[in-house]
Amino acid sequence: MARSGVRRIHGSDAGSYAEPVTLIATESLTKTYGGRVTALSDLTVSVEPGIIGLVGANGAGKSTLIKILLGLLPPTSGRVQVLGLDPTVDPMGVRARVGYMPEHDSLPPDLSAAELVTHLGRISGLPKTTARERASEALRHVGLYEERYRQVGGYSTGMKQRVKLAQALVHDPDLLLLDEPTNGLDPAGRDAMLSLVQRIGTEFGISVVVCSHLLGEVERICDHLIAIDGGRLLRSDNVSAMTTSTDVLVVEVSEGDAELEARLLEMRLPVTRDNHALLVPLEDDQTYDRILTAVADLDLPLHRLDQRRHRVAELFADREAAHV
Amino acid sequence: MSSPAGVIHDIGYQRYEGERLGRGDVFLALYTQSLRTVFGLGRNFKAKIFPWLIVGVVTIVGIVMMAIRAQTGEVVMKYAELPQFLSTLMVLFVAIAAPELVSRDLHSGVLPLYFSRPLRPADYALAKLAALVTGIVLVWGGGQILIFLGAAFSVKGFGNVMNELADAGLGIIYTALYAVVFASIAILVASLLKRRAVAAAAIVGVFLVTVPIVGVLYTVPSETSHQLAQIVNPATMVGGVGDWLFESANEIEEGGIGPFGPLYALVTLGVIALCVTLMIGRYRKVSQS
Repeated sequence: MARSGVRRIHGSDAGSYAEPVTLIATESLTKTYGGRVTALSDLTVSVEPGIIGLVGANGAGKSTLIKILLGLLPPTSGRVQVLGLDPTVDPMGVRARVGYMPEHDSLPPDLSAAELVTHLGRISGLPKTTARERASEALRHVGLYEERYRQVGGYSTGMKQRVKLAQALVHDPDLLLLDEPTNGLDPAGRDAMLSLVQRIGTEFGISVVVCSHLLGEVERICDHLIAIDGGRLLRSDNVSAMTTSTDVLVVEVSEGDAELEARLLEMRLPVTRDNHALLVPLEDDQTYDRILTAVADLDLPLHRLDQRRHRVAELFADREAAHV
Repeated sequence: MSSPAGVIHDIGYQRYEGERLGRGDVFLALYTQSLRTVFGLGRNFKAKIFPWLIVGVVTIVGIVMMAIRAQTGEVVMKYAELPQFLSTLMVLFVAIAAPELVSRDLHSGVLPLYFSRPLRPADYALAKLAALVTGIVLVWGGGQILIFLGAAFSVKGFGNVMNELADAGLGIIYTALYAVVFASIAILVASLLKRRAVAAAAIVGVFLVTVPIVGVLYTVPSETSHQLAQIVNPATMVGGVGDWLFESANEIEEGGIGPFGPLYALVTLGVIALCVTLMIGRYRKVSQS
């Protein structure tokens, strides 16, 4: 997953991220409220540009982390860096380069989407005409066209989420922080929002942090996953590293599985056993054919041959269970 | 949008490499938008009714004064007396405008969108305050300019016109003092309340609640208490500062402020400083939540 190579191909400063730089780095980051409630505890993570999933149950500390990244909350202890800047020292510098989509309803109902996004673009420091142009563009990118001149109050939840995404995008940030972007959306709306986020992360060349309490939702669009629970880090890793053999073929024969296993090993396919099933990593297109050939040669009754995807959830399962 | 034959020219996402404006320009953008909000500009008809009703009343008063001055040459109302005379109307004006400026943003939850941008909470509060102050000065100062126009046509000689201009100028500065006091109290109160109607009532309440105290202090048989009575109400307090600045010493009137002029000025400045400090503190806190 040579992610860093894809970054920034549209901008004239293409290649500024050619070297994998650190997008976000925290070191023993801790936040307690009033000395009693611990929102974040000794959090140390480091991520490179890309699409990052920040998963955890409600109240796990995701929103607190985002506020610290934006320089809105000072950490109690520990260090933090965003895009190479320290938000506790230079919050304005960070906020100029970051776009934030809050979780909750945050749109004035009696303004049109175009007016609102233009105004917020100006607050991000865009000149007046540029703000208007970029607002139209941002709204177009999230899929709002003529509707953008209507008052936001009449929008559906899905449209409002898109406006919130557009306002985070209007000033061309280097990093988007999205807090539960699929909140309140129906399954189709969730899929649309997620593929939009994926497009932003890949085609637009903007790094994205997606917060979600649903692991299954973000895992398929993310390069990197950070899981926190009760303010503590459960795991932070590249998705590719977590699912090295992402796709596995499951082979089941009604009888003679030992025979088949031997034959497949002979063919240099790294077979592993899962009860009666044989698991073969799907290396290339020929793996299917080779297994079928082996089964046919041995004249075994094939019961099942299909693809199984390792779910990241499985990789988290043990650790999460320990905390629940 | 009207590309021929429905061809969609998707030019893809464009990165922005152009200029990014600094703190002053961002402040100005928020200030300008807020000033438009004060008068309901860019908003629906309902938002325009009240501010423009008040603009209408002040304008009519100004025109009547102008006409009397131009026709008879009689000074019915001095420049500084206009904001005093119309201070109740000013309470209404801030009670309508301040909730539109700040309560609406609290209610809609738009503040996280502001504070995740390079906008300091203090700048947000001050831009809103400056917009309301400007709105008041435009309306009441406009009334004073109308009176000046009447005077300019009735007095003889260039020197006298210049004297009138100087008086009008001082009057407008005095209006600005009214504006700062009224606006900082109103914005502070509105910044604590999400619902616009509640905020409007609370603002009127803050200005009215001390009126009876002024009355009670007048019944106390002590001249000092009479002279200090006006300091407990924001409107009469600024009025007291005006008396100190504009009334000559020999014009001792019943219920005047006596020798306490500097105290009135000091308390007025204290009220402004307190309101602005609390307001900024309030938004610092909001930005963290």
